[in-house]
Amino acid sequence: MQLNRDALTRAYRQMKLIREFEERLHEEIQTGEIAGFTHLYCGQEAVAVGVCEHLTERDKIVSTHRGHGHCLAKGCDVDGMMKEIWGSLEGLCNGKAGSMHIADIDKGMLGANGIVGAGAPIAVGAALSNKIDGPDAEGKLAVAIGFSGDGACNQGTTFEAMNLAVVTKAPAIFVFENNHYSEHTGVDYAVGTAGDIASRAEAFGMKVWRADGTDFFAVHDCMREMLDYVRVPGNGPAAVEFDTERFFGHFEGDPQRYRGEGELERLRETRDCLKKFRASVTGAKLLSDSDIDAIDTDALAAIENAVQASRSAARPKPENVLDNVYISY
Amino acid sequence: MAKMMYRDAIRNTIFQEMQRDSRVVVLGEDVVGGMGTAGGPEAIGGIWSTSTGLYDAFGPDRVIDTPISESAIMGAAGGLALAGKRPVAEIMFADFIGVCMDQLWNQIAKFRYMFGGKSICPAVIRMPMGAGYNAAAQHSQVIHQFVTGMPGLKVLMPSNPADACGLLRQAIRDDDPVVFLEHKFLYAMSGEVPDDPDFVIPLGHARLARAGEDVTIVASGMMVGYAETAADDLAQDGIGCDVIDLRTASPLDEEAILDSVEVTGRLVVVDEAPPRCNLATDIAALVASKAFASLKAPIEMVTPPHTPVPFARELESAYLPSPAKVAAAVRKTLEYR
Repeated sequence: MQLNRDALTRAYRQMKLIREFEERLHEEIQTGEIAGFTHLYCGQEAVAVGVCEHLTERDKIVSTHRGHGHCLAKGCDVDGMMKEIWGSLEGLCNGKAGSMHIADIDKGMLGANGIVGAGAPIAVGAALSNKIDGPDAEGKLAVAIGFSGDGACNQGTTFEAMNLAVVTKAPAIFVFENNHYSEHTGVDYAVGTAGDIASRAEAFGMKVWRADGTDFFAVHDCMREMLDYVRVPGNGPAAVEFDTERFFGHFEGDPQRYRGEGELERLRETRDCLKKFRASVTGAKLLSDSDIDAIDTDALAAIENAVQASRSAARPKPENVLDNVYISY
Repeated sequence: MAKMMYRDAIRNTIFQEMQRDSRVVVLGEDVVGGMGTAGGPEAIGGIWSTSTGLYDAFGPDRVIDTPISESAIMGAAGGLALAGKRPVAEIMFADFIGVCMDQLWNQIAKFRYMFGGKSICPAVIRMPMGAGYNAAAQHSQVIHQFVTGMPGLKVLMPSNPADACGLLRQAIRDDDPVVFLEHKFLYAMSGEVPDDPDFVIPLGHARLARAGEDVTIVASGMMVGYAETAADDLAQDGIGCDVIDLRTASPLDEEAILDSVEVTGRLVVVDEAPPRCNLATDIAALVASKAFASLKAPIEMVTPPHTPVPFARELESAYLPSPAKVAAAVRKTLEYR
């Protein structure tokens, strides 16, 4: 289905916002201003945006430790996100979450997660909640998306979640982002099904899709088909494997010695979802280069604003340690 | 008031809360019992009879019979709670907590705090626990000592049918995650339960099960009955004991314990958990640090030995605390000069 100019502009802006958010964090982390562990989503933007552009606030997502892209794509506030990663009291989670645990329940974003594979069962719970709530006036169910990487596809929790979703016909979608590395180990070694994750999900008894995760339009089309299927009461879950790439290490500071010679440069050249998007829409004369350049400028400014706002945002005080507890001893 | 068994108090309370609030959802292994068999749904109705009839009344969307998948049950409870439901999940034996610890400890317990207070997590995790059935090392343990140490969880240990009702109802209505620890050996215990469908017991308030001025006995769960029996026996000899039923391991009613010890000056703590890092050591430390001047004798702790739960009848009996062991500890603390 052809996307109109507004939809294309919005989708590209979301992808570019994530890209610049992550590129900027990559720089800022090296100055030591940001504390803790950070796992960047750079390179995988087409997946988060291609999935989330279809969703409403009734739909839920459960994210991973590489969650910034999912959060932004689901509508989390850019300044609130950046402030959270800066550890500010004004952050989305008041500085309690940091990079790995950002959540925004009102937006249907049920949390990034520091534990690989922990998200899938939570997504099934959210999907069961949607099933209880029943279809809307058009007869469609809200869905819950569980994002997982190729690392999480080896966790027992993910298997349990897939089986539970199938037997309860929960409107869940398991989105596997295969970026070819679980931490520092290659998918060809770590995933016994010869790098084929979708076939595992299929073996649990659900319909599966596969698509190029660096092609926004492939992701977006695939998700439309999946959502048309999963939103029908009684159909149950589905899964998809997106073949994608990450442009940074597992964590910031990862020396990436596991990469081949020139691999990253090649991926940035040939597998960059933003470059592919630009080539596609300008080639089809849907948007012009100057349209895209304007979005780039706008996204960069938004990130610059977020960083400046984070630098001057209120810091938590020692007494905030005891906020949001039911008892202290 | 109506006389009923502990297990029936639990089932009735869940039933009433499901009727009152459509957000209350039950899930767990065999909570329906018989799904996918010739016998059909409710052929079993839950192995503890704590969910019998719920499926017939509320249907498959709200009474979710799950595969044997503790991590998925626990995680789904977390997801349901984040999405606005009030799940009551059953982990068939508390011993299975090891299979799903991450979803309880790293997820459910932490959502509210980790998300900066932007979410609640009203999940109740029911875990039948404890020894007494010769069910051996992997089906007989208590687990309150682990979950009490986890910030974010409320931990309830009802010792009788009325408390099972009032505490469970409070747990279901509570906005925080609650680990509800039913003692398996108490399921057949009979007692009077209030009829009031809004009867709740606020969390963090201990119950004075016996009153006396010589020794304070602190207990929870099945240990309360042992302490009461010991106190009744000791009363024959003119020894008066306060028996404090904690009801909730967290929040802990520190005041009830400290107030009693200030009067008696002697403390016996009874705990079904092995001797290290359990409720007994926790309460001993509390009293040593906050009521040191009141103590007239060393604190006595009655616990099983530092072993797994053994199988044979003689061994399990030797393993568990008993009224006689509690009474002996009381006498020992009184003999100290």
